[in-house]
Amino acid sequence: MFQILTPSGALAGTAPLDLVMTRRLYRAMVFARTYDRKGTSLQKQGRLATYAPFEGQEAAQVGSAAALHQDDWMVATYRDAAAMWMQGYPLELLFAGRTGDERGGSPPDHVPVLPPSITVGGHMVHAVGLAWAAKNFKDGRVSLTYFGDGATSEGDFHEAMNFAAVFEAPCIFFCQNNGWAISLPRELQTRSETIAQKAIAYGMPGFQVDGNDLFAVYQMTLEAVIRARSGGGPTLIEAVTYRMGPHTTADDPGRYRRSEEGTEWARRDPLERVRLYLSERDAWSDSWQAQIEDEASAEIDRAIGLAEQMPPLAAGEIFDAVFEEPTPNLRRQQSEAGAGLK
Amino acid sequence: MTVRTIAQALNDALDLALGKDETVVVMGEDVGRTGGVFRITDGLYQRYGSGRVIDTPVAESAIVGVGFGMAIAGMRPVLELQFMGFSYPAYDQIINHVARIRNRSRHRFTAPMVIRIPFGGGIGAAEHHSESMEAIYAHIPGLKVVAPSTPFDAKGLLLAAIEDPDPVIFLEPIRLYRAVKEDVPDGWYTQPLGEARVETEGSDVTLITWGAMTKEARQAVTALAAEGIRAELIDLRSLVPLDEEAVFASVVKTSRAVIIHEAPRTGGFGGEIAALIQERCLYALSAPIQRVTGWDTVFPLKRSEHHYLPSVERIVAAVRRTLEG
Repeated sequence: MFQILTPSGALAGTAPLDLVMTRRLYRAMVFARTYDRKGTSLQKQGRLATYAPFEGQEAAQVGSAAALHQDDWMVATYRDAAAMWMQGYPLELLFAGRTGDERGGSPPDHVPVLPPSITVGGHMVHAVGLAWAAKNFKDGRVSLTYFGDGATSEGDFHEAMNFAAVFEAPCIFFCQNNGWAISLPRELQTRSETIAQKAIAYGMPGFQVDGNDLFAVYQMTLEAVIRARSGGGPTLIEAVTYRMGPHTTADDPGRYRRSEEGTEWARRDPLERVRLYLSERDAWSDSWQAQIEDEASAEIDRAIGLAEQMPPLAAGEIFDAVFEEPTPNLRRQQSEAGAGLK
Repeated sequence: MTVRTIAQALNDALDLALGKDETVVVMGEDVGRTGGVFRITDGLYQRYGSGRVIDTPVAESAIVGVGFGMAIAGMRPVLELQFMGFSYPAYDQIINHVARIRNRSRHRFTAPMVIRIPFGGGIGAAEHHSESMEAIYAHIPGLKVVAPSTPFDAKGLLLAAIEDPDPVIFLEPIRLYRAVKEDVPDGWYTQPLGEARVETEGSDVTLITWGAMTKEARQAVTALAAEGIRAELIDLRSLVPLDEEAVFASVVKTSRAVIIHEAPRTGGFGGEIAALIQERCLYALSAPIQRVTGWDTVFPLKRSEHHYLPSVERIVAAVRRTLEG
């Protein structure tokens, strides 16, 4: 397993980022953790619909997204808010989606991120199509898709990997193997020793990386992005990480896994090792930590406020986005819903 | 004008679309080198190359899902699924993503794409090759569903589908691919989706159908005419959007309706049409609405398919039942 930064904050290789960038990405991880904990807390207050926490996966998401250009496509899932935010998806829209509002799925025109996939696996083929289009238009973009260990059992994982390899699509398959697909442990998901090795069968490179190591994730993703952008085709990356929390706020992991597992993984925390690394180099302080936590809280509260201030869609508006123009049948139903014609 | 079969008219439409718009790609199993299992894409690979007419691995879900990604990024994929029975592996992509991305993203992302699916029986094919499950597509919000039955309509509707800003399920009647010929204009023209075609005008009864069943319905009109019964024949051409007004206008005029489709009766699209007619023109009716459909059975194999397919005799008998009332 590829690793650059050990859990104690020591380098096991060459750091791919300077201190300025490392601080920037550390700050992003603090931001992500703050967002995630607020998400769970807001759900418990009844202000969000079901929430899927990603605590423990901050380095996997922030490190990989940091390797992309601003206009690269991203096709992610309901557990990838940190990566989507890194790629420009506005926080208030991430929250809006979780409050149960379709407008949360509508990022600004310059943000090349699809709304999060709720079904498991089906979105990977979309990333291949986007990558294909990039190749067709010769616009130099690549496409990166996130999925979990569970999604590798879906048929669409196979179809996406196969198509991407056959057509040399500039697509990066980024698996966050967080050990659990709701209640099913990784070892019951597949008999393959690693998920990365599945790439061999498709004729594409596959790598396993310490998913809690910001440097290793960044480095490995960057290499895959460069390969894709230069015509080298797709790559599968397996980031080995751990879902510290439940599958969603509706789940109780106590029913299927030992709490000691979490304690063990807490020692491999993705934020702590970067903090130690920075601290060792006089690039971290308690006051800076307090400052970035406060900034994160304020910005996240602002975003929640914006999301909650959006008035819900009116009855007539749910008919507006079925087609570009409602059919006569839809217009009649819209009228029947008491909404009048638009 | 050139005399063309439906197969030739479709080929001509694809040729024009590929020639006119560089974002159009034709993609599917065997659509390239061999020109498709029904030869609808014959010669296009040779003319436009492997980047525009794409032979894919055998994976329907990916054909649709990858095409969906292409469409979001600004391409115009025209996908071929070889038979309707082979569209079911792609159903997840169609229902969960293709049909919904506009709504999911409130217009930010759209999937203008065409999914061509040969449908219907009568050619003695293997299992899964004779399905008429158009209702499972018409039921899905966000999909348009089109089913031409003439060469002129096939070309005009396909070009309209390719221009359409929303995903279109384009159903091609296998049995009619080479069974009918007519003059078809050579250039680009579109036949708007959602306009029914009154093929034969009549005053005694309205026959409503689409796809391959237009053939039997036409023969029934001739048989009925010999008995002095003037039937009006409507080819819906598109199920979504549905030209309800054409149906209502005709039924109000004739006061009798017979709906004919190859699909199984229960949950078939004929039930929807019957419901619409009774909601809107019940008091214009002189007799109960009749449905002449496939049975609620699995589509039979070659030696028994004639037991299943609606026949001219069954249509004529249904018309007689409406006249007895």
